[in-house]
Amino acid sequence: MSNMNEQMAAKYKNNFLKEIEEQAEMGDWVKMCMQCGVCSGSCPTNFHAGWDHPPQEIFMMIRAGKREEVLTSNSMWQCTSCYNCYVRCPRKVPITHIMHGIAEYAYRLGLAPKMQPSLHLSQTFWNNATKHGRVNEVQLTQSLYFKDGIGAGIKKAMEMKDVALGLVKAKRLNIMEALGGGHKCKDVDGIHKMLAKAKELEAKRKAGKAAGA
Amino acid sequence: MTVATNQTILVVGGGISGMTAALEAAETGKQVVLVEKNPWLGGRTAQLYRYFPKMCHPTCGLEINLRRLKANPRIQVYTLAEVTGINGVKGDYTVTVKQTPRYVNEKCTACGDCAKAVDGEIDDAFNYNLGKTKVAYLPHVMSYPQRYVLDPSIKGTPDADKAKAACKVGAIDLDMQEELLNFKAGAIVWATGWQPYDAKKITPYRYGEFANVITNVEFERLADPKGPTGGKILRPSDGKEARNVAFIQCAGSRDENHLRHCSRFCCMGSLKQTHYVQEAYGDAGKSTIYYIDIRAIDRFEDFYQKVKANPNVGFIKSKVARITQDKDQNPVLWGVNTEGYKRYSTPHDLVVLAVGMEPSVKGVEIPAEVMSDSSGFVMADPANAGIFGAGCATNALDVNRAVQSATAAALRAIQVVNKVARAEA
Repeated sequence: MSNMNEQMAAKYKNNFLKEIEEQAEMGDWVKMCMQCGVCSGSCPTNFHAGWDHPPQEIFMMIRAGKREEVLTSNSMWQCTSCYNCYVRCPRKVPITHIMHGIAEYAYRLGLAPKMQPSLHLSQTFWNNATKHGRVNEVQLTQSLYFKDGIGAGIKKAMEMKDVALGLVKAKRLNIMEALGGGHKCKDVDGIHKMLAKAKELEAKRKAGKAAGA
Repeated sequence: MTVATNQTILVVGGGISGMTAALEAAETGKQVVLVEKNPWLGGRTAQLYRYFPKMCHPTCGLEINLRRLKANPRIQVYTLAEVTGINGVKGDYTVTVKQTPRYVNEKCTACGDCAKAVDGEIDDAFNYNLGKTKVAYLPHVMSYPQRYVLDPSIKGTPDADKAKAACKVGAIDLDMQEELLNFKAGAIVWATGWQPYDAKKITPYRYGEFANVITNVEFERLADPKGPTGGKILRPSDGKEARNVAFIQCAGSRDENHLRHCSRFCCMGSLKQTHYVQEAYGDAGKSTIYYIDIRAIDRFEDFYQKVKANPNVGFIKSKVARITQDKDQNPVLWGVNTEGYKRYSTPHDLVVLAVGMEPSVKGVEIPAEVMSDSSGFVMADPANAGIFGAGCATNALDVNRAVQSATAAALRAIQVVNKVARAEA
């Protein structure tokens, strides 16, 4: 358990709902859920992959104080951001945003599931896109394919080779970018400065919240 | 000729609330004008098969009210009439009413010869368009006034001549014109009632696309022996017996995207309708109620408990997320059960959407300054103290509460005209 996790657990003791309301983005909406179940029933992933817990259950677990189960759940990471739940919610609860808010909070506490594909993609994409201000598709695909080892990566790459060749033909993919830095935005330094500033502001805001300001 | 002074009470709407308000006021000796836009009185109450909680027939209550009405010379009834203008102030209103022609005069004996003679058919509005009726029709068996109506579409067709020729008493008058009536009123009771929420707007339920997804008001007509199926609960798609019926609660109600309010009557309505399934098919008839929470309003908890004890009625705590259809045109309900968070996708023979109430006048211009709440229901307006809402025009109410509300509105209107009378004495 990370240091921050222990601090937060101690700070809110048995009031996990309050913790989510104050620390997770949009968390103050959780109390508005009336447990009708339209979100869970409308979720495109729910009837296929199956989550640990549908959103409706996550909200009830938060209210029931099941801190460990909620924060280590894979549910928030399964969200495809289709917004069906948010659009249909009879109480206009921003379910998609709350799920992302809880996911982000769990990540900050160091409780997010390890090697979770959505989490891995998010991190890889972020690092890739912010490095030069533009996405390097070849390197992004590589790092995703080879996530589970070289063998699995080659197998996946072979499966997808027709798609890749089509993209190359249509000039949507430049194989040479696997080596170099790839295309970049005009002012890379400017982007980096902007991101650094944004990160600083966000860190300040969240630290303030965590401290109870 | 309308006999009306500024001591007259105008009642707008001739449903259960309007009739009650008119009768209560008239029975205290006041002059009342009752205006109804349909060709018959009784409103949506007359379109019900049974009432909760006693499971008695609305025709019984309607008969009592009609008897009171016929015995009372102080009430003037206008059907097929709509209020189009209200001018003036409390104690001194001038009202304009548009009278649409019925094409049948008071000589009509309701023998039905005209209906037999004509061929043309129109949607049967009394049965929520579930069936057809002739262009010359009696809206329902207990219509008041007990006179046939000719649909305006009959004009200029051979059916018009056939109807006229068939009538032995000379009651058919195709030269009737639309008329504007003007008269005085001291106080106005606004009892324009409700309409079922448009279920097509709840897109995941596919109402209007899937034949076997119907609304609660339509289900009342299916169960009624005077309805389009003669009281048999049959599926619209293929006429098969609907033995496995699902009820979806809060279809539109308690939903920020549809109706913000709880419509109050629909839980009791569906609990009542499970009786229809049970009575029609015995132990072979199964009902399943999908609900968020059951709100058996007032003192009806025991009614709920009795239905709950019936092994042929299931309760699933879940608002259905969407409906699909299988190859046999069975609606399939998809969702997650809140008790245990288990997924389900369950086929039923027929799905009844317990649609909520919205005021009839929502989006319609009321020809007077009337305050309404965020759902469009009429509110008491201190600035315009001579116009009073009654029944479902003011709130989502069941019949019992609508009648109470109407009596209260009548009392308020009586106080206004009493004041006028004292000032003029």
